[in-house]
Amino acid sequence: MRLRSVCIGTIIFLLATAHAKAQTVDLFADTSNTLSSTATDITTGTFKSTRIVNGQSIENVGAGILDFRILHRFGAINQGGYNFFGLDQATMRLGIDYGINSRLMIGIGRSTFEKQYDAFLKFRIIRQQTGKHTIPFSLSYASSLIYKSLHDAVTTYTPYVSDKFSYAHQFLLASKVNDYFSFQLTPTMIHYNMVDNKTIPNDFYSLGLGFRQRISKRVNITTEYYHRFNSLEGYNDPLSVGVDIETGGHVFQLHVSNSTGMTERTFINETAGSWAKGDLRFGFNISRVFTLRKPKDLRAIKW
Amino acid sequence: MNQINKMKKLITLMLLMLGLQITMVQNLNAQKVYATKTGQIFFNATGGAVPIAAVNNQVDSKFVETTGQIIFGVLIKGFKFENQLMEDHFNENYMESTQYPKADFKGYIKNIKEVDFTKEGSYPIKIEGSLTIHGSPQNVATTGTIQIKEGKPAIAGEFSVKIKDYGIKGLYIGEKIANEAKIKVNCKYQN
Repeated sequence: MRLRSVCIGTIIFLLATAHAKAQTVDLFADTSNTLSSTATDITTGTFKSTRIVNGQSIENVGAGILDFRILHRFGAINQGGYNFFGLDQATMRLGIDYGINSRLMIGIGRSTFEKQYDAFLKFRIIRQQTGKHTIPFSLSYASSLIYKSLHDAVTTYTPYVSDKFSYAHQFLLASKVNDYFSFQLTPTMIHYNMVDNKTIPNDFYSLGLGFRQRISKRVNITTEYYHRFNSLEGYNDPLSVGVDIETGGHVFQLHVSNSTGMTERTFINETAGSWAKGDLRFGFNISRVFTLRKPKDLRAIKW
Repeated sequence: MNQINKMKKLITLMLLMLGLQITMVQNLNAQKVYATKTGQIFFNATGGAVPIAAVNNQVDSKFVETTGQIIFGVLIKGFKFENQLMEDHFNENYMESTQYPKADFKGYIKNIKEVDFTKEGSYPIKIEGSLTIHGSPQNVATTGTIQIKEGKPAIAGEFSVKIKDYGIKGLYIGEKIANEAKIKVNCKYQN
């Protein structure tokens, strides 16, 4: 009798295990979520352009991409009809940015304001991602140098070339919360090689805040504000509100801002306009990208 | 006497089952699964002058040698374009990849029996199955090759999909973006 129950038990066991083993090779039934735990998914499109309005955003241009940028700022709106609400006057910055690899971009530019030349680099240190690792934010470092080539008023002191340089160092900490909303914190240090007199410090500190709010598939609202912890007299904190409009190959940024300058030193530290007085300017950025170097895998494929 | 007979029958049945189990286990062991996590998928949907093409190097794929059962899985955000802006538009405006993060294929290599995995060479294969993109499944049938080299198989295939079949909508489909996207698959498997 005992033998019999052992036999039956064994049969049941064998039946059960045979069934279980047969299932392991059904790939369709494999619901283990291997893909999302092994593939790295780097968050893209935190901001729609490499600038929020005037300041650097967390975005870089891609590797091998050249970005030709035309930034345009009109005069103050509150000048009234005689100056066509500022549209009679304009300053601009022409620039070329280039992505050396997926983390590093460089750029140069020339502004009409103070006849400035500027150059910058931006490096992505940490990239927001999901998949193998989950990192909820991105961190970049941006550094620019600005050379003012405008001739100085004649004084007893003749400035050295080095006196006309100023620098900006920024950490960009950004997070894309979802497709609709992103924000950025930008601690900034600006250094002047020369200031007007001994009572003025050479270093200035500020914190930038940036937001992106999507309102449709191709339209985003952006806001950029810098709070200055120490400041030059007679200047205000810059605040800009813009609209990013995406078309096929480029992003068109339209905005209203109280700043005129387009380099870090000028718009963060030397914004003369005031929102309270309506001393605001229209401006726009046009960006057109050209692929100079295709990614290796895409270069190799023949269609 | 009757009981002994019954016992005999039971024991025979048990031995039979055991034998069956052993052969099945052997079969299962022989049901070799080849896998990769670094397969490549290319697509090209160029409709105008600007090339619209992308590559994904993180394709997850497995297939069973005996049954020909085959799966592919890919994260939509893993597609790399030559231009970041294009990539953002692809994800946010067309593929809605936050809502539909993955595309997958589940099907069979119909003529897997014609492939000799022990002999080096290139074997034509027929693949049929269901391709899910943008959350909508569609039947797909195509041809390709299995190449056996140093005991490892590599699958290559090419086919086209009609973008609108998958419920993908967008401004430029039929203009800058072609109505049909060509897809190339290239997977080298490990044993």
